[in-house]
Amino acid sequence: MTSARDRVLASVRTALGRSDPLSEAQTKIMRTYLAEHPVGPRPQLDWEPVARFSERARLLSSTVEEVAALEAVPAAVAAYLRAHALPLQAIVWPQFERLDWSHAGVSVAARKAQDQDMVGITGCFCAIAETGTLLTLSGADAPPSTSLLPETHIAIVPCARIVRSMEDAWALVRSERGALPRATNFISGPSRTADIEQTLVLGAHGPYRVHVVLVRS
Amino acid sequence: MQISSMHFKARATQKLADPDLREALNGLKQRFVPGRAAVIAELDNFEEIREAAAEIRRRTLEHLDFFLETFERKATERGAVVHWAQTWQEANDIVLKIARDNGVRKAVKSKSMVSEECALNDALEGAGIEVVETDLGEYILQLGREPPSHIIAPVIHKTRDQVSDLFAEKHATPRKTDIGELTREARERLRPHFLQADMGITGANFVVAETGSTLIVTNEGNGRMATTLPRVHVAITGIEKVVPTLEDLATLLRLLPRSATGQSISNYVSVTTGTRGDDEIDGPQAFHIILLDAGRSRILASEFRDILRCIRCGACMNHCPVYQSVGGHAYGWVYPGPMGSVLTPNYIGLENALDLPHAATLCNQCGVVCPVKIPLPELLRKLREKQYERGLRPKRERAALRCWSFLAAHPRLYGWVTGAAARVLSWMGGDRKRIASLPFGRGWTEGRDLPAPEGETFRALYARRGAR
Repeated sequence: MTSARDRVLASVRTALGRSDPLSEAQTKIMRTYLAEHPVGPRPQLDWEPVARFSERARLLSSTVEEVAALEAVPAAVAAYLRAHALPLQAIVWPQFERLDWSHAGVSVAARKAQDQDMVGITGCFCAIAETGTLLTLSGADAPPSTSLLPETHIAIVPCARIVRSMEDAWALVRSERGALPRATNFISGPSRTADIEQTLVLGAHGPYRVHVVLVRS
Repeated sequence: MQISSMHFKARATQKLADPDLREALNGLKQRFVPGRAAVIAELDNFEEIREAAAEIRRRTLEHLDFFLETFERKATERGAVVHWAQTWQEANDIVLKIARDNGVRKAVKSKSMVSEECALNDALEGAGIEVVETDLGEYILQLGREPPSHIIAPVIHKTRDQVSDLFAEKHATPRKTDIGELTREARERLRPHFLQADMGITGANFVVAETGSTLIVTNEGNGRMATTLPRVHVAITGIEKVVPTLEDLATLLRLLPRSATGQSISNYVSVTTGTRGDDEIDGPQAFHIILLDAGRSRILASEFRDILRCIRCGACMNHCPVYQSVGGHAYGWVYPGPMGSVLTPNYIGLENALDLPHAATLCNQCGVVCPVKIPLPELLRKLREKQYERGLRPKRERAALRCWSFLAAHPRLYGWVTGAAARVLSWMGGDRKRIASLPFGRGWTEGRDLPAPEGETFRALYARRGAR
């Protein structure tokens, strides 16, 4: 008895008028295509990336602020949390645990997110100016649940990591990581739904608020 | 999902008389149509991108076996288990087996139209596994035991009041009317399910051959929850959803959210590749991918291959005057609107969906907005021809077509008959020049009057003017 796999592939080949796999010449063309992964047509991307990112992120209902250096992030986060009457308690990606949070009055824990966590602080692999999007790659120091379960997501984004388009983001992943991690998440603003009467509501299952802290150097 | 596509005409008539539905469907014309137009205008080279997207889909289909095998190899290398299913039943059996092998008692689902094809929820419930839909729209449908009526906005047929009543009844909470509060209530109900579920079931908008990844595009974040929290993730999708590279994906993602919801990008584009790394603290431990045929290879072999390019954006239904009037339930199965009217007869048999190829005015709005340039009106016309060839149309219609074809082949007779008809109809129109009822056209005149002709045919007019 043949397997479902063989039966499906056989009927696909029959449909394409072949009884065998792709010819060697054709296979080579397709392999080259995969290896070269050419970039398709893109719209004009001639704006200044940081300004464009901020503008698009705000259009997606994120808030954006800029600080001079990574050391200034805890104070900025504390001010944001106070301004929104949010608890000064957060879970953070392990890579940011060592910042001086206690000086700013914020207590942080670098662990897996739980239901009752109110604030999650993450970094990003890079950000995309065209759409105002954050890209996170999962890993030991970048757990995906931090940007998902808490009602408030704060993202630390170095300006130098803002690329123009998704194609540029893929190029960066290829050159710096080689392979995709388990979870590659493009995040564009707070979670939302318009299922009832096409009326937009922020905060469906994920965060109600996304606050981006841009870091200049 | 139960198939009732044979009854389009009867259901459509019923739906036309439903004032709540008319109100609910207003959202299409007021939000989706202008929303799409606005974000398409952001792209200075929309047509170029659209042509590239169509070409990516065409190329993939022409080498589908190669890209599927490449995908399978890459996904397997990363620790995913790839399953193949020839039928809906086989797909359900695979999900049930994975559930049994992993001791799954509760599954959360992110919206998946392929799972609707399979009626997967019924299969899971039949096996004693609790399954919870988590997309807000799908959750509302599950509470009300209704099928979706749109592939992107599944509860577009419902008004806020109907949702208020449903939540008050099923949740046994005070009735809320604010949409924000209703959404919050659903969030609070669903959060525990995400945290308790053993299995997350999702579809896949695309699967990427180059990397062996699957991907879902969502706004609510339920797709991310379902692929992050439960210990087992099952992605079920059709074999036509494969794209070659990440760059191809970037091209398609410029069009999918724009065409679907009028967004330049959806909130979450979640790409899943393999299983959790040893040092990762979250994410599922097992990842299963089911590639489903269920009629797709048959379509690939047919003159309807173009429909397999479809990326399920829903733009064709949002812009369809027929869908805008009757909504999705009239179509009787998973896929409504123009793409559904092509897919449904191909999946379930032309003889089981007789009205669907006719549930269109062939105005080509769908063809114009399709991001991958599927010639939908042409495919619908081909289905009509097939129905006629196979003798699947009513006797009266066939007789009428034969008469017309005889007349059209005899120009002098044609001139005489149409001339007589124009005079009779003009006389029937009277002073108002409108005809309120016709002996053989009651269906047409029921909803509106027929403007009466002037009493002269085009040919006669042309002959008179041409002689001058």
